[in-house]
Amino acid sequence: MEKLLSEFSVGLFFWQTVLFIGLLLLLRKYAWNPILNAVNEREEKISDSLELAEKTKEEMKMLQASNENLLKEARAERDSMIKDAKEVATKMIDDAKGDAKVEVNKLMTSAREMINAEKSAAVSELKTQVAGFAIEIAEKVVRGELSSDANQKALADKLVEDINLN
Amino acid sequence: MYRLLVVLFVLAVMSPVMTFANEPAHGHNDHSKSSQELTEEEKRAINTEYVKHHTQDSHDFGIFTNASTGKHYGFALPVILWDEGIHFFMSSKFEHGHHVVESKGKYFMLDAHDGKVYKTDAAGDKLTETTFDEKKGEDVVHSLKPLDFSLTRNVFVTIIMCIFIFFLFRRTAKSYQKGLSPSGPAKFLEPIVVFVRDEIAIPNIGEKNYKKYMNYLLTVFFFIWFLNLIGMTPLGGNVTGNIALTFALAMITFVITHATAKKDYWLHIFWMPGIPVPMKILLAPIEIIGVFVKPFALMIRLYANMLAGHIVLGSLIAVVYYFSSYGAKGAFLGLTFFMNIIELLVAALQAYIFTMLTALYFGSASAEHEHSHEAIEH
Repeated sequence: MEKLLSEFSVGLFFWQTVLFIGLLLLLRKYAWNPILNAVNEREEKISDSLELAEKTKEEMKMLQASNENLLKEARAERDSMIKDAKEVATKMIDDAKGDAKVEVNKLMTSAREMINAEKSAAVSELKTQVAGFAIEIAEKVVRGELSSDANQKALADKLVEDINLN
Repeated sequence: MYRLLVVLFVLAVMSPVMTFANEPAHGHNDHSKSSQELTEEEKRAINTEYVKHHTQDSHDFGIFTNASTGKHYGFALPVILWDEGIHFFMSSKFEHGHHVVESKGKYFMLDAHDGKVYKTDAAGDKLTETTFDEKKGEDVVHSLKPLDFSLTRNVFVTIIMCIFIFFLFRRTAKSYQKGLSPSGPAKFLEPIVVFVRDEIAIPNIGEKNYKKYMNYLLTVFFFIWFLNLIGMTPLGGNVTGNIALTFALAMITFVITHATAKKDYWLHIFWMPGIPVPMKILLAPIEIIGVFVKPFALMIRLYANMLAGHIVLGSLIAVVYYFSSYGAKGAFLGLTFFMNIIELLVAALQAYIFTMLTALYFGSASAEHEHSHEAIEH
């Protein structure tokens, strides 16, 4: 201890204290504050950037999810649209088919009616003609029959007979 | 600057080799004899003197001494003394303890053995004072010394290192103006600064209070570390292994601790909460002693570690010269080299320990306990 005390130099102690405090004050102003501030600033920047990246990632995820949803919705819509279109098409075809049948039926009916009308006209004409022919033939026959008196008489008899029978 | 650091490191590692240049200095007491003519006893005494001399502060910046001619190489430093007025002259006037210096009617002489300046008369005899020592019960004779404020070798080295540290960190700070990514010396120094903050300050002081102590912690860490490193070079001397420096640092730690201490700190010293009253009374004096023991331990630890390192290294180098066989010389040179590497580690380690313990004391001073018994559990 005594040796320690004799080793101790007041002057050296004085200078070391002065120098150290001087260095401390100078470094505080010109070195530590700027360095620590820069380091802090950078650390904050890094943590902010990391946070932002994380956020962006999250947002991207959400965007992706919503995109997928949109896609899904679009797909569903497309499917329903196709289905609707198909339905409409089949309906249209069915409708057309029905319409055509009705039309055809109508046409056929009217054709049949026309045919029938023509037929009956033709038949009546034929009847008229046949009647004409028959009268003509009858005339001729009558004429032939009436060409002689005997024939006339026979006929008259016969007619009378017919009448009598009636 | 970054290159300078590398050079410093290399210089420190190489110092056992380079210290050869210093070695002949041990002959300066008696340079009429060459080393072959010395007896074993004399050799030993000279080696002891040599090692002691190298751990001491001195008034001039000696680089080496030519033992055969007795010529000293180096340069003088200013001597500033207080003895009923200021006395200022260059240390070259002492002529390494061979000459009495007269200044303003007072006479001073340098004692080459302990490196201190004594008051003398014109003939060079030390002035003495006789006091009565009550313990021994007899008169004790003291040699009188003036108050010595000289810019000694240690002060000189400290000034150089302060300038170096200042410009190094000024440059580091400036490099951040170019952009936030570290460039230049910041690449090397920033991790250390961040280490002091994240591994020393924050764990010991706490996230809340650490900021105001950062200036001191960083300064003290780099100051001790760089001075330890420069001490490893042949030119650096033994600054951190000097009790005056470690006392100055420990005292500043002590002052800052108590200037910033909060209520809880004082409470834990004088009236420890959470224990019975008789224990409180018993603990208070122990705690009060502890307040002074802590910085004292801080002071002694650094001083003893660095001084011991220098003595071990000095002794090993002396041993290299003690043996005449080249094998032994080589072996001890290798051992010195190995010790030097260990001392490099110690240089950083001691700076770390000093800073860490300082942070610990600051932490206890600034801590606020919500529950007073929490402190005991810690």
